[in-house]
Amino acid sequence: MAKKEIKKLDYFTDWKYAPAPEATDHIRLQKQYELFINGKFVKPNSGKYFDTINPATEEKISSIAEANDKDVDLAVKSARTAYDKTWSKMPAKERAKYIFRIARLIQERARELSVIETMDGGKSIRESRDIDVPLAANHFFYYAGWADKLEYAFPNRKPQSLGVAGQVIPWNFPLLMAAWKIAPALATGNTVVLKPAETTSLTALKLAEIIQESGLPDGVVNIITGHGPVGAAMVNHKDINKIAFTGSTNVGKWIQKAIAGTDKKLTLELGGKAANIIFEDAPINQAVEGIVNGIFFNQGHVCCAGSRLFVQESVAEEVIRKLKDRLETLVVGDPLDKNTDIGAINSKMQLNKINEYLKIGVNDGAEMYQSSCSIPKKGFFVRPTLFLNSSQSHRISQEEIFGPVLAIQTFRTIEEVIEKANNIPYGLSAGVWTDKGSRIFNMTSKLRAGVVWANTYNKFDPTSPFGGYKESGFGREGGLHGLAPYLKF
Amino acid sequence: MERIEVLKTYKIFIGGQFPRTESGRYYPLKLKNNMTVNVSLSSRKDFRNAVVIARGAFSGWSSRAAFNRGQILYRIAEMLEGRKEQFLEELKQLGYTAISAKKEVEQSIDRLVYYAGWCDKYQQLNSSVNPVASSHFNFSVPEPMGVVAIMADESTALLGLVSAIAPCIAGGNTCIVLASESKPTCAITFAEVLATSDVPGGVVNIMTGNRKELHAHFSSHMDVNAIITCNSEKDFNKTVGENASLNVKRVFVWNKNWNNESEQGPYYITDLQEIKTTWHPIENIGVSGIKY
Repeated sequence: MAKKEIKKLDYFTDWKYAPAPEATDHIRLQKQYELFINGKFVKPNSGKYFDTINPATEEKISSIAEANDKDVDLAVKSARTAYDKTWSKMPAKERAKYIFRIARLIQERARELSVIETMDGGKSIRESRDIDVPLAANHFFYYAGWADKLEYAFPNRKPQSLGVAGQVIPWNFPLLMAAWKIAPALATGNTVVLKPAETTSLTALKLAEIIQESGLPDGVVNIITGHGPVGAAMVNHKDINKIAFTGSTNVGKWIQKAIAGTDKKLTLELGGKAANIIFEDAPINQAVEGIVNGIFFNQGHVCCAGSRLFVQESVAEEVIRKLKDRLETLVVGDPLDKNTDIGAINSKMQLNKINEYLKIGVNDGAEMYQSSCSIPKKGFFVRPTLFLNSSQSHRISQEEIFGPVLAIQTFRTIEEVIEKANNIPYGLSAGVWTDKGSRIFNMTSKLRAGVVWANTYNKFDPTSPFGGYKESGFGREGGLHGLAPYLKF
Repeated sequence: MERIEVLKTYKIFIGGQFPRTESGRYYPLKLKNNMTVNVSLSSRKDFRNAVVIARGAFSGWSSRAAFNRGQILYRIAEMLEGRKEQFLEELKQLGYTAISAKKEVEQSIDRLVYYAGWCDKYQQLNSSVNPVASSHFNFSVPEPMGVVAIMADESTALLGLVSAIAPCIAGGNTCIVLASESKPTCAITFAEVLATSDVPGGVVNIMTGNRKELHAHFSSHMDVNAIITCNSEKDFNKTVGENASLNVKRVFVWNKNWNNESEQGPYYITDLQEIKTTWHPIENIGVSGIKY
């Protein structure tokens, strides 16, 4: 009898998935989108439009209006009028009902929204379907409930709305960030001018449609599209009471400087370079999943991504071996395919930036390891990447890359890892993996970061405050704490 | 020939179903249109059955995500809004004017929405991290009490009922409610709203009957954690209080004017919560790192 051949795992044959693409025929998209001002879709004063493309195919999806200063002014005026005439006078419990309606409408149109989110932004359909869109709906639902309960949140104080909030959001979670911004602003009685990022305007504009459907009074929410100058005009506009910004630390610093000396209130949710720390007593398999989720979630386009991995020396070999194995199984490709783990990089510009950092990492002397997966020829893709033996001084360990790139360092003692984890200008989030509860609480008190995940990573909930220490910004979004930035006392 | 109207049989609501009272008893209730409804006169045994069912429903309901409970309470409000006309008619048959009926239904809907919002918020207001002097992470959080017996407001048909049930279930408790004896029909129609609102069977159980007969049973049952009485009779409330001591039931007299907007709030939820404190050690090494 012939000897039985021992089968080895072959990732390229046995692990193939049949394509499972999400249908796109049910979505409703227009060829051209206008600005949403005073409850209506209006043509931009600039007369200009720009293309929004699908980063997975590089094909144009739609034309988006480019606002100019005059449009910004119109949007602010409409928000001011809505504030003075209707929104600030409406009983809080009626205000709540509109926000509940928006939450319900998002839930009803969840499938359409997730497909558009994936087409316009490149994130995998699994993530937009299971995370972005439901969380966005939940955020509206959660803050709706606060509208008539503000006195309980701030005992002995008289919370009052600010007026008009100008909100500028990034491209990594387009609809979810719009929800994080709009929901608490409305619940606290403010009106809104929101600018989505130029590469991902579509779901914000779909949200504008939903807001129209909800019957929300005209002008309470205005959504204007365009590039950086639109945001700058908002920041500098005299009749805006509050700026809320999520994006890069550089732009955040510019905004803080620009509004210095004015009465504008500010919240900043900026960059991060989170330490994800694996102690030797950690459940290794779960920790590996946590590392993968920490850095490869949303192609690494996450401000709180666990982009610095610290592994205790005694388990480093095992963790890295398992991490490499796991890397091989990640499916990179068509974001609309339900099997896809890592979708497309959001834009050509971002792809170039990531590739630049890959070069920098190699030149600085770190050892690059990439998944051997194939990536589509068209569209913006990058292989999930590890940098082994990186050190604290490497630029890939210090600067936010905003891509699927993980810088790995090892450590021996708790003192050492706390020192290394904190020795960075950022302080948005951190992860700790250990079996020991007392160590978790030690780490959460020592780490200078706004969110610490213990034995989990990248968890978000409307009730849970999110925001950074140090150069990762200030103010919190989510939970009771997310109300204060939109109130005066 | 004139079409003959089909009349509704009013039964009780236990475990998500609408059985008749096991006792087979009834009491007649004359409506404004001169029709008579035979209302179930529930027995001690009905109550005891309901407690078993409410206890069974407790672990599932209390372990639901707070957010999910909020969605379900909001769903109740949606369903009630959709059946507004039916309630207006029923209230009129119980003697409400058109204006007072409209006010009662709308306030009931708004109160449900109000408590829907509280489901995932009262915890943040009532939890604490306690700065103990030793190296421990010490925190206190509210947890639902369990099974709550409610003797609802006698003077209102719907609003008092809703005002007692909503904070009770918003906080994760399950309940057995005795409806207003003189205005019981709306309570049973409200049970139909609950039955179509994704509220799991057994979370809310509604009985009709005689308070004088049942109050001693409500208050002496050994597997009920708290009792709410929404009425003012001193002798009743004294018996309830004495019986409650048998198993240290928490007793609340919510004798309120529910029409008043101020008679709602998180304190109705926290009345029915226990506070649990947890101590957890904090390892204390690596102090050097917090200098940045």
